[in-house]
Amino acid sequence: MSARILRRRELIEDEWTLLEDTRADSGWATGGKRIVTLALWREEREALLGAHAAVGVLVPNTADVEAIYPEVGDRPLIALQFPTFSDGRALSQAVLLRRRLGFEGELRAVGDVTRDLVFWLGRCGFDSIVPRPDQSLEACRQALDELTVAYQAAADDHTPVWVRRRQRAPVH
Amino acid sequence: MQLLRQYVALHPEFYWLPRKFKFGFTGAAVDRAATRTNDVAVHLVRRADGAIGYRFFVGGGLGRLPMLGVEMNPFVPESDLLRYACAILRTFNRFGRRDNIHKARIKIVLREWGPERFRAAIEEEFAKIKASVEGEELLLLPEDIERVRAHFSTPAYRPAAQAGADLEPLAARDARFAAWLKRNVRPHKMPGYRVVFVSLKAPDQVPGDCSAEQFEALADLCDAYSFGELRSTYDQNLVLADVAECDLEPLWRGLESQALATPNIGLVTDIVSCPGLDFCGLANAGSIGVAHDIYRRFDTLDAQYEIGPIRITISGCMNGCGHHSVGHIGILGVDKHGEEWYQVTLGGSPGNDAAIGERIGRALARDEIASGIERLIRAYLELRCDEDETFIECYRRLGMAPFKARLYENEEEAVAA
Repeated sequence: MSARILRRRELIEDEWTLLEDTRADSGWATGGKRIVTLALWREEREALLGAHAAVGVLVPNTADVEAIYPEVGDRPLIALQFPTFSDGRALSQAVLLRRRLGFEGELRAVGDVTRDLVFWLGRCGFDSIVPRPDQSLEACRQALDELTVAYQAAADDHTPVWVRRRQRAPVH
Repeated sequence: MQLLRQYVALHPEFYWLPRKFKFGFTGAAVDRAATRTNDVAVHLVRRADGAIGYRFFVGGGLGRLPMLGVEMNPFVPESDLLRYACAILRTFNRFGRRDNIHKARIKIVLREWGPERFRAAIEEEFAKIKASVEGEELLLLPEDIERVRAHFSTPAYRPAAQAGADLEPLAARDARFAAWLKRNVRPHKMPGYRVVFVSLKAPDQVPGDCSAEQFEALADLCDAYSFGELRSTYDQNLVLADVAECDLEPLWRGLESQALATPNIGLVTDIVSCPGLDFCGLANAGSIGVAHDIYRRFDTLDAQYEIGPIRITISGCMNGCGHHSVGHIGILGVDKHGEEWYQVTLGGSPGNDAAIGERIGRALARDEIASGIERLIRAYLELRCDEDETFIECYRRLGMAPFKARLYENEEEAVAA
């Protein structure tokens, strides 16, 4: 069963499934695209790569992404967690992954992801958003453009307001 | 400050910090904004070579765990304001605790890591930001600062010859005007102008409150005499920041008619108080009634002037909205088995000499607290080396012991008897 998610501004069927944190011998379905926990990835890297078409990693929001980046930087997908909508640690993780570490794969937000988070997620570099089941996907998609101007730069293409003002012709 | 406000407004990365997060700014040599009681304090400083920059403190906060911000960087160049602020916020967002709401504050990081480790982490992040594209975006150019500065133009001051006035004759004629001029009016950097404090601490007034009628009158007075601007102060009073000397007399008459000219700024009756049990759902004890009881014990101006500058602050619960932790005499209301009791701290201060007060001893009952505060102040009057030594200076010289002995003197007699 796949769910619909918001990816690169479109509502699509999700190709990825989250593998619960169990050992290899408990019967993984093979093939397909799987997201595994960082712990399992560390333990079973080779087995997972052999068994699945693609493997993404779910990184806890307590992880120091600069420290673990060598282990996960080559993944096609990194999922970051929002245990509650008000826990914004993954926002800093996302900005660092995108801007400092240069991660170019799919960056996914999972957990207590509500419509009100979506605008910030987009600005911090998430291109894949799995809203909480009770959230309207269409409302989430629209929320990506909730504000059209921004004071500061982030991991999107907004220019900081002070830089835009420099470009404005001086008024005489 | 305006630049930083714009930077943090709707900041995507820092929109979901764990809890409230406060910056305190001061651009003056005297910190009147209790900046170091905030999560981050920023002091505008000028280095010996003339360069302007920011001195950053981190980790302040009152409430259950009162702490003052600790210096993290003595001089961040003006151009690096946003870079350094970003380094602080990101370090806190990544490594601050979220497991317990009471520990989700930057002061907890400071306490658990210690200043050295925290400073090193911020400096490391600051260095990484400076070396990155992000750092280029966050770098402020002189033109950015100038553009914002231009929005804060000075009012259209009149020349000193027009604005100035000789206030001595009226002061000599009218003792009340003289007292107000001395206590509530301060010098101004522009010749011919003064800064006027509006006291919201009249007898029986709830500290810091004013009525709709008073507020209407203040709106008219600030339109007429201070370029339409009225500011609130950390001490629950108001300020008319730009008053011409020639307007002081009509302004004073206007304030007098509204009971807004009590000449007690910075004195023993200028008590800071939270709403307490009268209005607040969090409070454990009353604050306003205690403020009034203390006020009545020092109601005469002579008594207040003899005591001199002193800061009494009252909070009705340990959340500390009345900033009791940084009062020279701090009073904290607590609930003991359904009764209101009050813990007293001494030696706190919110300014340049910021300090967290120390608890003096056992709490006092509701009917003991005002007389207890009076004993502390009488003790000061006897102990001070001369009239110029303020309460806080006297406390710092002598320590807790003589005040403690005086506060609990009746008790010792009772025990001895």
